[in-house]
Amino acid sequence: MQAIIDQITATLRIAAERGQPLHIQGGGSKAFYGHPRAESAESLDITPYQGIVNYEPTELVITARAGTRLSEIESVLREHGQMLAFEPPHFASTATLGGCVAAGLSGPRRAAAGAVRDFVLGVRMLDGTGRDLHFGGQVMKNVAGYDVSRLMAGSMGTLGVLLEVSLKVLPLPAAEKTIGLEMNTAQAIKQMNQWAGKPLPITATCHVDGQLYIRLSGAETAIRTAQTQLGGESRSDGDTFWQSLREQTHPFFEPAASLWRLSVKSTAPEYHLPGKQLMEWNGALRWLTCQNDKDNQHSDSAAHVIREAATAAGGHATLFRGQHHTIPVFHPLTPALLSLHRRLKQQFDPAGILNPGRLYPEF
Amino acid sequence: MSPAPELINRLRAFLPPDAVLHDTEDLKPYECDGLSAYRQTPMIVVLPQTEQQIIQVLRLCHETHTPVVARGAGTGLSGGALPHDAGILMSLAKLNRILEIDPLARTARVQPGVRNLAISDAARPHGLYYAPDPSSQIACSIGGNVAENSGGVHCLKYGLTVHNILKLRVLTIEGELLEIGGEALDSAGFDLLALMTGSEGMLGIVTEITAKLIPVPEKAQLVMAAFDDIQSAGNAVANVIAAGIIPAGMELMDKITIHAVEAFLHAGYDLNAEAILLCESDGTAEEVVDEIARINTIMKSSGATGIRTSRSEAERLSFWAGRKAAFPAAGRVSPDYYCMDGTIPRKHLGQVLSGIETLSEHYGLRCMNVFHAGDGNLHPLILYDANTPGELEKTEEFGGKILEMCIQAGGTITGEHGVGMEKINQMCLQFKTDELQIFHGVKAAFDPQNLLNPGKAVPTLHRCAEFGAMHVHSGSEKFPDLPRF
Repeated sequence: MQAIIDQITATLRIAAERGQPLHIQGGGSKAFYGHPRAESAESLDITPYQGIVNYEPTELVITARAGTRLSEIESVLREHGQMLAFEPPHFASTATLGGCVAAGLSGPRRAAAGAVRDFVLGVRMLDGTGRDLHFGGQVMKNVAGYDVSRLMAGSMGTLGVLLEVSLKVLPLPAAEKTIGLEMNTAQAIKQMNQWAGKPLPITATCHVDGQLYIRLSGAETAIRTAQTQLGGESRSDGDTFWQSLREQTHPFFEPAASLWRLSVKSTAPEYHLPGKQLMEWNGALRWLTCQNDKDNQHSDSAAHVIREAATAAGGHATLFRGQHHTIPVFHPLTPALLSLHRRLKQQFDPAGILNPGRLYPEF
Repeated sequence: MSPAPELINRLRAFLPPDAVLHDTEDLKPYECDGLSAYRQTPMIVVLPQTEQQIIQVLRLCHETHTPVVARGAGTGLSGGALPHDAGILMSLAKLNRILEIDPLARTARVQPGVRNLAISDAARPHGLYYAPDPSSQIACSIGGNVAENSGGVHCLKYGLTVHNILKLRVLTIEGELLEIGGEALDSAGFDLLALMTGSEGMLGIVTEITAKLIPVPEKAQLVMAAFDDIQSAGNAVANVIAAGIIPAGMELMDKITIHAVEAFLHAGYDLNAEAILLCESDGTAEEVVDEIARINTIMKSSGATGIRTSRSEAERLSFWAGRKAAFPAAGRVSPDYYCMDGTIPRKHLGQVLSGIETLSEHYGLRCMNVFHAGDGNLHPLILYDANTPGELEKTEEFGGKILEMCIQAGGTITGEHGVGMEKINQMCLQFKTDELQIFHGVKAAFDPQNLLNPGKAVPTLHRCAEFGAMHVHSGSEKFPDLPRF
């Protein structure tokens, strides 16, 4: 395995010297996400650097190489009754741990359990000059030095090449049950937030097509009591439903002209925007899709309206699928924050060779 | 000539007279934080009351190249708020307003000087609370919690500060406002919220925090188990986790601690025990009943010599009282104590504790051990007498060795107290030169002139070179028998 690291290090050093942009490549499952790779970028394949390095169920920590498939990690965890509680989307069977952390995406359990960044305990990475760096560690609490490991989550490979990641893992719930209730969007927003403020074992919520889906997790007795309190109909297709949400295979996500992800304050009122909407995370995540040109979400002015709406609700909007060259994928940063991003980038990757432009066109 | 008079005049132009302190006796209370072994009188203390005043202070510091150290409640245990002799100490204590509680969105918007517990008190009428509960929560401020990424006894289940905040208003050293994070669960760009949390006042000054609130659990219950050796207690912890239980809190005390707190409180702890494990379950009533039954079974099968389960809220609190009194009890059995804060993978607990025992004998200093067992965070309390010449130095050396053992066990030199001034040398052992350079780079990206809390948290490479030479010498000469793993 050291030979692979040596090779990646050599590639980085040469690229840094020549100013040759690199495209860090895992399983390619999230290639659609973010700005497209720079045309001049050469691929840097990380998938050979794979395998679980250390897994100790009773320490609640797994450490694996970045090229390890997420499916492999999740199946090993399942054998020991544990899980990645942030339920990362795979989007393809080739999805890797490195890509999962770099993209920083989390699934249905996020509002209850936390996001990928909340579970990152430590990383080993190479920076843009090929330096081999360790941050964080394999313990739950660690405040030595700046929290560079969490900074990697969602940085889209622009700050370093992840080699190994240590994640906190959690036990699988003893039981889970999904219930469905009929209600409109405004009612659902209110209801999800009210229930989130009560001591209820709710671990996922979704509102789509006039149905509010609630997942309850924990001891059987606790689930039964909660169901009595919440009402609604038991659903037998619960697991399939949450899986379809996590992987975006639910009919709502059928290929469309564009898919917007609005991450907003959970109590933000219902959006009256063209297209269809789906809510998750107690209302803190709103998906917006348009199936055809008449919804016109692909124009710059429509993008502006969507972003204004997200900003007004204390959040941000991402053009998740259906990229368009005049619309930035990620919510534009204020000048002060953009300049801070560039200065950080400069420290980690002075030659600007790591995934240039994937996150923001400016770096 | 001292630059102080000129600076004082300029500060008084926008701060009221009682918010600019410079007389020696007025400066005295600010010379240390919770780590009183380190003291330094600042040049000037300022007590701004508004964000606008902070902006003006920072602009002045930036213009005049004056170091500035932020201070919250001053309860920190690593010297993070130790003043700079040629700098301004900025107390944020007057920014103590809770600006908004939004019960439906479950958030609290507060100023940095608000006490940790005051947030939960304000939220409780809505059935909500702020989860991180450092033991100093009655006094410590949320701004300081952000600076140190504070935890508490419930953090295995409910997370640290970084998991429980949504948004920060941060001022740069230039006095420029940054809004980091947001009201949503994530934000665009790099995760600067994570980078700011635990940055020990080195990157910016936090002027407002939006914290998450969570529902108060319906029920909490505690199991107290006694063990006749500490390794069995450690194994019991592993067995609880292996059974798929994440307890709300899991605390371990060693024999010397049990005796110290029992003498102090008479909480009914078993004095024959080598270790006592407290294991708390919280959640819905049904969840707790289920979990407590399972925890009881596990304690039995793990060899507990005595098990008690709290039957009432009063009894639960009385079981906790001993653990919470560990520090005052240390103060009662010894003139002074020095609290360490390493984290280790729990499986190495036995080895690390026996290493501490060896060191304790070597230095002739007693050491109490309390352990956040669920998350591996160990707090050895070294008992010493500052009036005995040389004993503080011996204590510091002992403490340093404990931290080195934590690193060797695959852990860290600080789980929740921060590096500050105290553990700056051990940073040289935990991190390589390249990693320290990245830390300095991060600092430079925010504060290129190194004016915000300079000299803390991240050692200079020069300092590490000097410490390295010294360390190798003492390490090879004095401790050939220490366990290494």
